[in-house]
Amino acid sequence: MYDVAAAAVEAALAAGARYADARVMELRTEAMVARNGVVEALDHEERAGVGVRALIGSSWGFFAVADVGTVAARRAGHQAAAVARASTRVAGADIELVPEAPSVGSWSSDVREDPWSVGLAEKGDLLVGVTQAMRDNGADLAEAGHRVWDTRKWFVSSEGARVDQHIVETGAAMNATAIGERETQRRGYPGIRGQYGTRGWELVRELDLPGNAARIAEEARALLTADECPSLDATDLILGSEQMGLQIHESVGHAVELDRILGWEAAFAGTSWLDLGQLGSLRFGSELMNVTADATLPGALGSFGFDDEGTPAHPVDIVRDGLWVGTLSGRDSAALAGIERSGGAIRADGFNRIPMVRMTNVGLLPGTDSLESMIAATDDGILMDTNRSWSIDDKRLNFQFGCEIGWEIKGGKRGRMLRNPTYTAISPQFWGSMDMLGNRDEWRFWGTPNCGKGQPQQIGHTGHPAVPARFRGIRVGVRG
Amino acid sequence: MTPDPQETADRIIALVRAKAAGAEAEVTVRHGTEALTRFANSFIHQNVAEETSHVVLRVAEDGHVAFARLDGPTDNGTLTRLVDGALESARVRPVDPDWPGVAPVAAATNVEHWNEATAAATPDDRARVVAAFVAAAAGLETAGACSTTETVAAFANTAGQRLVGRSTIASLDGIARTSDSDGSGRFASPSIADLDGSLVGGRAAAKARESQHPTDLDPGRYEVVLEPQCVENLLQFLFVYGFNGRTVEEGRSFVRLGEQQFDPAISLRDDATDAETVGLLFDIEGTPKRRVDVVVDGVTSAALHTRRTAAKAGTESTSCAVEDGDIWGALPQNVVFAAGDRAEGDLVAGVERGLLVTDFWYTRILDPRTQVVTGLTRNGVWLIEDGRVMRPIRNLRFTQSYIEAMAPGAVRGISRERALIPGGFEGIHLVPSLHVTSWNFTGGAKG
Repeated sequence: MYDVAAAAVEAALAAGARYADARVMELRTEAMVARNGVVEALDHEERAGVGVRALIGSSWGFFAVADVGTVAARRAGHQAAAVARASTRVAGADIELVPEAPSVGSWSSDVREDPWSVGLAEKGDLLVGVTQAMRDNGADLAEAGHRVWDTRKWFVSSEGARVDQHIVETGAAMNATAIGERETQRRGYPGIRGQYGTRGWELVRELDLPGNAARIAEEARALLTADECPSLDATDLILGSEQMGLQIHESVGHAVELDRILGWEAAFAGTSWLDLGQLGSLRFGSELMNVTADATLPGALGSFGFDDEGTPAHPVDIVRDGLWVGTLSGRDSAALAGIERSGGAIRADGFNRIPMVRMTNVGLLPGTDSLESMIAATDDGILMDTNRSWSIDDKRLNFQFGCEIGWEIKGGKRGRMLRNPTYTAISPQFWGSMDMLGNRDEWRFWGTPNCGKGQPQQIGHTGHPAVPARFRGIRVGVRG
Repeated sequence: MTPDPQETADRIIALVRAKAAGAEAEVTVRHGTEALTRFANSFIHQNVAEETSHVVLRVAEDGHVAFARLDGPTDNGTLTRLVDGALESARVRPVDPDWPGVAPVAAATNVEHWNEATAAATPDDRARVVAAFVAAAAGLETAGACSTTETVAAFANTAGQRLVGRSTIASLDGIARTSDSDGSGRFASPSIADLDGSLVGGRAAAKARESQHPTDLDPGRYEVVLEPQCVENLLQFLFVYGFNGRTVEEGRSFVRLGEQQFDPAISLRDDATDAETVGLLFDIEGTPKRRVDVVVDGVTSAALHTRRTAAKAGTESTSCAVEDGDIWGALPQNVVFAAGDRAEGDLVAGVERGLLVTDFWYTRILDPRTQVVTGLTRNGVWLIEDGRVMRPIRNLRFTQSYIEAMAPGAVRGISRERALIPGGFEGIHLVPSLHVTSWNFTGGAKG
């Protein structure tokens, strides 16, 4: 496949590009969904093609063909350059790329149990079984599913990079819904979307879906009659690690994407409240806050060997001791921002999409507390976990998130269950109020398989190492 | 040379018949081109195009059902592997007790939303539209995208249903920005010739200038005039979680057929045959599109169905099956919100004290039954007093039941003018501006 990618690059250069790269990709997926004891959907997908990126002046031109032949690849390379050239009608300053030594190498994710070696009947039995268990324990609607993505890609650049990767991603999810007279309540396990990683079927076995099915169904039923989360202008808020994964993704990960900061996403995904002039000096959160973007974490969903412009995966400090110190970047955005090296955060969701800045594994480094010590140290507060809704403004500053379940905390003890818990805050104030942080034993690499960004929209797979945390003086219980 | 999608679809059905004589199968093949020219900081920075080749196959053998999808070459070897994989998957699955069977033979309406110039649009054509948008902003920073899509589709199944169709869409969507405000403009049509970059860019720039130096407004309940992008957002949640035959069957929907659940001014229908809309005239299951009245004068009159949800409800499909529809249920591709009798400007004139809202942003549902949604305003909000726009307001967060906002007595006016606004699941909806009596703003930009 290297020859196919090289043919595309050669064609783009011949057509006038001053830099070009190409990815040949083959993607194979499997998705099964069971509902109320029946396998309702089983879907296999294959995608294969080549996508070429050509740089002329101030614009990338990109062209993709659903074909992996050399003739089609040459056509794609030629077209990519033609598309880039048309951009000169509305031109800006030339795009530059920060230097990166051309990579030559291979990388594969670590898979202990090949997900393709597990029979569909076994997978179906697992999903059907847990939905039946949820129904037996109070769920009106019980759903479970698994997904496998198996990606092979070959990358060639006009600077001499030649990289191939084989990335397997596997995961599963289940949720129970109880339907009441006026509203519905749901509980998901292990989170709203489940859990995914660059791993094999061993991840699904470790989740122990059967061992948690009855519990979440009972909780969903109990939520229908639980007390409503009180509306309070300020209280102590403890978030479980799954909700922390979402919190990091939305209010830190997207905010530090350099393309957003530079305005490249202004019309659609939005911009960022962060100003590059404050990089290195802006206080993002409390001194407990240390965030990295690290694509080298074993098994996390945002891990890889090389990004989609050939930069080797490497950890990048984003927030250190509460100060904003880094961004998610690629070679073009880093050059424009005066950053020395690409953060290696450029990815595309398929052969037919242009690579762009995406989160890798953006997460918190653990602290020294624990969920139980946070509860014990809280006199009056609320514990919330498992994301249910998420909304944040186009500068990634003002957010309102809802969780599936909450518990009142009084006198250092977990009390009554609360339904419809929500909280709202402004990002730096929120992170600045964080005063307790879970420890390494509670550190979990949450996987988000549905991060939307870009035009045409791309669905990214991102990882979020997270631990439980406590925040002081937070507004909760916002109602419609 | 681009393969003929009908020939590819027929070839796949023949392969299924050869390998599993008694099996049912349905296949959709889509070929075409999708191109998008994206600009930011007032210049084109990402310019993309692709040749598409998409196949969706569903097979059912003795009630054992499986899907297979392909984006890639459609040579015989690949298609044989696709069919073999689908049949193999189906055979190891349990019987699907709700499998409704494939669609019967039925002709599609003779309507086509197609424009040759859009189908043949070049990067230069899109760049010219972008250049006009940027120029119209007269020095304001701009960002957005101009896209053209051409789709030629074919459907075939083992019951003998065969359909072909084609469609084009051209759209322009962008913003103009000052140091403390944004304004948006957008337009979509089957024809790229209808994209007036100057007009759309000028509208965005005017909004940006008029919303400069915004001030805070205390959260609370206000009358609102919602422009079309906001109204399309209302429809997304109403249809995904409400009129969807799947959520009705599960008891999660608010829908009660025959009841006056909406203001009498509101009528909604799914109607791909409407001359003002775009898209294909059949769904992924091969059911021809037809007009389906969902709300008539405020009375909920129908839920939407796929073949699966229709069979369970004892009714017929409304041609609302989409890819992944077994997970999501029945979703409309062409909602038409009946036009009102007011000029857009007159809606503002009817407001005593309220807000004019250009766009909604990042809306998420808190509960599907109550339709309580939280989100924010974007790209221009203004305070209206005594029928006049008084001053720009900083963006606000809301937490509002969408169905309550349109309940009987809650709607004061609907505009005559409507816009085509793209929605989720590849739908595109024809919507007006809407004046409603109460909207619950729960926070400002500062929290």
